[in-house]
Amino acid sequence: MIKVQLPFSEETARSLNVGDQVFLSGVMVTGRDTAHSYMVDNFIKRDPPESEREMQQILTELLNGGAIYHCGPVVAKENGRWRFVAAGPTTSIREEPYEDLVMEKFRLRGIIGKGGMGARTLAACQKVGGVYLHAIGGAATLIAQTVVDVLDVYKLKEFGVPEAFWKIRVVDFPCVVTMDSHGHSIHADVSARSKKILDDLLKG
Amino acid sequence: MVRLANPDLTGHFVELIRRTSVLLPEDVVRALERARETEPVGSSAVGALDTILKNVEMARELDSPVCQDTGTPIFDIFMPVGYSLREFEDQILSALRIATQNSYLRPNAVDSVTGKNSGDNTGKGFPTVHFHEWTDSTIRVELTLKGGGSENVGAQYKLPDKSLNADRDLKGVRNVVLDAIYKAQGQGCSPGIIGVAIGGDRGSGFVESKRQLFRRLGDVNPDPALAALEQEIMEKANALDIGPMGFGGNTTVLGVKVGAQHRLPACFFVSVSYMCWACRRRSMEWRNGEVVHD
Repeated sequence: MIKVQLPFSEETARSLNVGDQVFLSGVMVTGRDTAHSYMVDNFIKRDPPESEREMQQILTELLNGGAIYHCGPVVAKENGRWRFVAAGPTTSIREEPYEDLVMEKFRLRGIIGKGGMGARTLAACQKVGGVYLHAIGGAATLIAQTVVDVLDVYKLKEFGVPEAFWKIRVVDFPCVVTMDSHGHSIHADVSARSKKILDDLLKG
Repeated sequence: MVRLANPDLTGHFVELIRRTSVLLPEDVVRALERARETEPVGSSAVGALDTILKNVEMARELDSPVCQDTGTPIFDIFMPVGYSLREFEDQILSALRIATQNSYLRPNAVDSVTGKNSGDNTGKGFPTVHFHEWTDSTIRVELTLKGGGSENVGAQYKLPDKSLNADRDLKGVRNVVLDAIYKAQGQGCSPGIIGVAIGGDRGSGFVESKRQLFRRLGDVNPDPALAALEQEIMEKANALDIGPMGFGGNTTVLGVKVGAQHRLPACFFVSVSYMCWACRRRSMEWRNGEVVHD
């Protein structure tokens, strides 16, 4: 088990290999479908309009050397404070058209989600020095226990609870490296292997 | 026809939603435990299943959702003639609002045109409610919470399909279902449960494939041909080495359930609904003012 403190350096990212089990601690931010298209539309395809400059500043600080978590949580508000009730990962492949752009723009090092991502993100991991960290899909209550503090939330009203940017502090958030900065992807390997088996089964 | 006064089931609907979101059915838990025994010690597959089983237990202890994606609520209500459908629908909407407020459900209904989340799990065509009339005096309510990640990897095939060596027969059905499981990889949160409908039209096929997901994992299909097909697909799917979460391993599916409907001479659809391991389905029965939850 390898402990990684957020944010982390390129050197740390490049020291990680597929199969490594990692405990993450520190501050990270959630972001999924709406968040990714928002970031690409506003900060990558163009210079942000005045209204989004503050958001750009916030994300630049949060994402530099940091991690984004593909997650739309169940939350509760108790005595004026937010709490994560259930917070497992969502399927990452939907962010494949955006993630490499976001990684390069913000020097993002950790992508956390489930199901893995494709060739573009893998190439960005190699280029930027980043990793894809697989959390266990559906393990929502267990993962929520590692979210010790909800520090802030951005775009809540506009995007809704699942799609908002939630800034959270985690302690020993469990995940596995399934795509590394050396061009290895467990997802590509399993997919290729199962395709061969499938082709044989279809003949029978 | 006698118009019967609807009982107010709102509170019972809330409890059904809570139980469905929080308590994974026992047959699914047992299947996950058995799956764990089939994976090599120290493998990523065992690690994934250990985390899954621990999470199931924690959700139960903390009275918290098993998965944050509390999905599309799909209600099937079986009832005698005479009750108002609209009144039960209104009660379900109230129950969904309460369950969302109490954090048993994530606000999951998004306006497809404006992108706005309604915030309370109600909206146009949301939730799904199917009514069925029966001769029993009991009102039976079945609820499935169908998550989005697994819904995205569902698929519908039109036979014949030469690319998959699939003719209009049960072997063809087998091949396209295996293709759907292969294409899903770990993205639908494997090990999954596969609901299949042979026949019907494009709409009724998917409805039936989801109805199949309500069957217990250990049950046996009354049609021997379909029972054999379920068994064969399950064995072959588990040979694909996709495994829990797509990490590789012996357990890619926990169960395969197949139903068949009549079809048009021109059409031969195979509809596949993928249910994640967090197969949240529960029921309750109302009789003479008493409610029993499963």
